[in-house]
Amino acid sequence: MSDLILETIGVGKKFGRFVALRDITAGFQRGQLTGIIGPNGAGKSTYFNMLSGAFPPTTGRILFEGRDITATPQHRFARLGIAKSFQITSLFPQLGTLENVRVALQAMHSRYDVWRARTRLHGLVEQAGALLEKVGLWPRRDRLAATLSHGEQRALEIAMALACDPRLLLLDEPTAGMSPEETRASMDLIVRLAAERTVILVEHKMKLVMGICDRLLVLHHGELLAEGTPAEIRVNETVKRVYLGQREH
Amino acid sequence: MGATTLRGTSRHDWMALAVRHRVLLSAVFLLVFPMLMPFKAIAVNILIYGLFAVGFNMLYGYLGLLSFGHAALFGGGAYACGIVMTRFGLPWWLGVIAAIGAGALIAAVMGGLAVRTRGIYFAMVTLALAQCVFYLAYQAGGVTGGENGLRGIVLEHIGPLDFLDPVTRYYVVAAFVVAALFALSRILASPFGAAMEALRENEARARACGFDVRTTRWLAFVLSGAFCGLAGAMQALHLGIVPIEMLSYQTSGTVVMMALLGGMGTFFGPFVGAGLFLLLENIVSLYTVHWQLLVGGVFIACVLFFPRGVWGTLLHALNRA
Ligand SMILES: Nc1ncnc2c1ncn2[C@@H]1O[C@H](COP(=O)(O)OP(=O)(O)O)[C@@H](O)[C@H]1O
Ligand SMILES: [Mg+2]
Repeated sequence: MSDLILETIGVGKKFGRFVALRDITAGFQRGQLTGIIGPNGAGKSTYFNMLSGAFPPTTGRILFEGRDITATPQHRFARLGIAKSFQITSLFPQLGTLENVRVALQAMHSRYDVWRARTRLHGLVEQAGALLEKVGLWPRRDRLAATLSHGEQRALEIAMALACDPRLLLLDEPTAGMSPEETRASMDLIVRLAAERTVILVEHKMKLVMGICDRLLVLHHGELLAEGTPAEIRVNETVKRVYLGQREH
Repeated sequence: MGATTLRGTSRHDWMALAVRHRVLLSAVFLLVFPMLMPFKAIAVNILIYGLFAVGFNMLYGYLGLLSFGHAALFGGGAYACGIVMTRFGLPWWLGVIAAIGAGALIAAVMGGLAVRTRGIYFAMVTLALAQCVFYLAYQAGGVTGGENGLRGIVLEHIGPLDFLDPVTRYYVVAAFVVAALFALSRILASPFGAAMEALRENEARARACGFDVRTTRWLAFVLSGAFCGLAGAMQALHLGIVPIEMLSYQTSGTVVMMALLGGMGTFFGPFVGAGLFLLLENIVSLYTVHWQLLVGGVFIACVLFFPRGVWGTLLHALNRA
């Protein structure tokens, strides 16, 4: 029984006359951890940005739980149940670590209340604390987000994405720029998160995702080169050819 | 723990305490301010323009939106108050309410169009719309008095208070200003205040969190309009007339300068900026008709060397010490 949480139908994107993405038709199973891989410049971030509503595709449609979200503005996505972390860390740098998460939670409850004290909003501080706990940042709760280490900032970004309790979590290269230890820790975190919800993960380091993903999509030059289980992708001749001679880094 | 840390902590606690009681501190200061001022006549002007700059600061200081059309909100409020009192013969306090409403309404229309743009385009759209308001007031002479301004706004007594007495007048206006600061403080501490912070910090992230950037900006514009409208009403009651110049782009420019001089995004900075500007204007114009040259020079020096403004620089120094 297939239960698709997200579908893209003939999705393409042009930047001016440059075709960054061409005719991608793919479905994502609910509950699975799917990896989108491909060399740098393959169009992974472009695809990711359309899935997360940052900009609409030039052609094609995107369905979330059967509902067309192709033209839905970005700020609606969190309440629909789709959250993302950016490839380049994107936080509220001059706010505290806890406040970053509290603000993200608040966006689900209260956005235009100009009179009540924000501290009176029921339970948000506690929920924010729990999310920090989950990503291992509780000891850092009072620090300004700008003063966290790179790895910690990535973790904070995931905590903020979790604030809307998303059914679909989108992560763009969550381990970019991390040390090997940080990378291992965040891969562990992602696996734990994937046990509770659907996760789509963009990554260009193939080795990282092979072990943890249920399914992989391989993009190359803006096209869907292959899809299947990690085992299938590993032996796929076309994929091998693309990744051959291109050293992983 | 070393002595330095201890002292640092206590300084920090003092600052936090001051922030928590910012309305009270401002009220106390405004209470004693006329006694410290050698130029009593302009104390009330400082209050009114300070409040105007508070409204402007709401957009520029907290959201980084530079409007060149705030004269329309200030002047619009003044006209609304004056028209309600002179054309309809209604009491002054209805004039004040009408002014707040008019400021918010004009802001709602201006903001509705302007929040789609940013940067220089935002400045241009607001400027153009404010010029439309100026032109409308100029043409509708039957209601607004046209280029002669709206005359005959008379307020002599508020209950037992003699509004003609300069000291009493100062404290009446100060009461409105403190009420406005209380409202501002609530807004800044509210969930909406948090949304504004989020927007200023990182728009893309705020959007991903679920904040609608345009609506948030628009609401801030409307609130800004309400503050500026109130300031306009105070000006109308104070002057007894509404000169058409209140709607001119010079007025918009003046409030930009005041806010920048004081320090954008600070709670009390707008009053410091307004005070500095008006004092400079008043003192220098005693000696030379070219006072604008000097004020302009001070302004440029300030922007170049104290981009946080006078008050902002002071707060920054205190916070770091
Ligand atoms: N905003 C943009 N304008 C023009 N070209 C872009 C833009 N974003 C991405 N591209 C181009 O599209 C291609 C795919 O980019 P991207 O999706 O970021 O690749 P990946 O994430 O797989 O490394 C690249 O050639 C890139 O230069
Ligand atoms: Mg990328």
